[in-house]
Amino acid sequence: MNKILFFAHLRDEAGEESISLDAEGKTVEELKQMVAEQYQMKRLDSVMTAINEEFAPGDEVIKAGDVIAFIPPVSGG
Amino acid sequence: MNFEIAKDAIDIQSVIDKVVQRDAGAITTFIGTVRELTKGKKTLYLVYEAYEPMAVKKLEQIGAEIKERWEGAEVAITHRVGKLDITDVAVVIAVSTPHRADAYEANRYAIERIKEIVPIWKKEHWEDGQEWIGNQLETVAYPTGKPEEADLNE
Repeated sequence: MNKILFFAHLRDEAGEESISLDAEGKTVEELKQMVAEQYQMKRLDSVMTAINEEFAPGDEVIKAGDVIAFIPPVSGG
Repeated sequence: MNFEIAKDAIDIQSVIDKVVQRDAGAITTFIGTVRELTKGKKTLYLVYEAYEPMAVKKLEQIGAEIKERWEGAEVAITHRVGKLDITDVAVVIAVSTPHRADAYEANRYAIERIKEIVPIWKKEHWEDGQEWIGNQLETVAYPTGKPEEADLNE
C-alpha cells in the first residue's frame, strides 16, 4: 500500500489530507491521472510529485510502501 | 538545527546567532514579512502550510548549495507556518561569509530557491474571499513532474 499526501488547494479539492491506495508498479504520471480522475482534480499538470520526500520525475515507478506527495507550485518566502 | 519550520513567532537574533563565525566579515539577514496590499488588493492575513519533513530537507539542500558556491559561508533559515497577520515575519535567512558581497549574493540566492523548491504554500485571506497561491501567475508547469534544471537555476 501507499500513502498519498495532498497539500494546499489539492487538499481542499480532495477533502482529505491523505489517502491510502495500492500504487505499486505504477508510474508517477499514471498515479496522477488515476487520482485526478477519482477526485476530479484540475491543474495536476503543474503539480510536482515527491516520493519519500524527494522530487520524482513522471516516469519513476512507485514501489510498495513509498509515500507519495503531490506538491502544487510552492509559494513560501 | 540551522534549518527549521516554526509554528510561533521567529526570534530573529537566534537565527543570526547560528551563523556567527570568526572567519566572517559580514552577516546578511533577510526578513520576509506579510504585506498588506498586493496589486491594490487588501490582505487580511495569511496562512502558511508546509510539508514539514521535506521542507526542512529542501532548506538543508539550499544551505548545502550555498556552501558549495560561496566558500566559507554559513547559513541558517527559519520559515514560519500557521496564521500570520500583516507585518508578521514569515521567513528569516541569515548568511555569513568572509566578505560582504558574497553574503548579499548568497542570501538572495536562498530566498529565490525557497520560492522554487521548498514545499511551503500560502493561503491569502482577503475581505472578499481566500485562495491558495501557487507560483505568482500559475505560469510554471512541470511536464516532467519536477522542476527542470533551468527552472532551478534562473
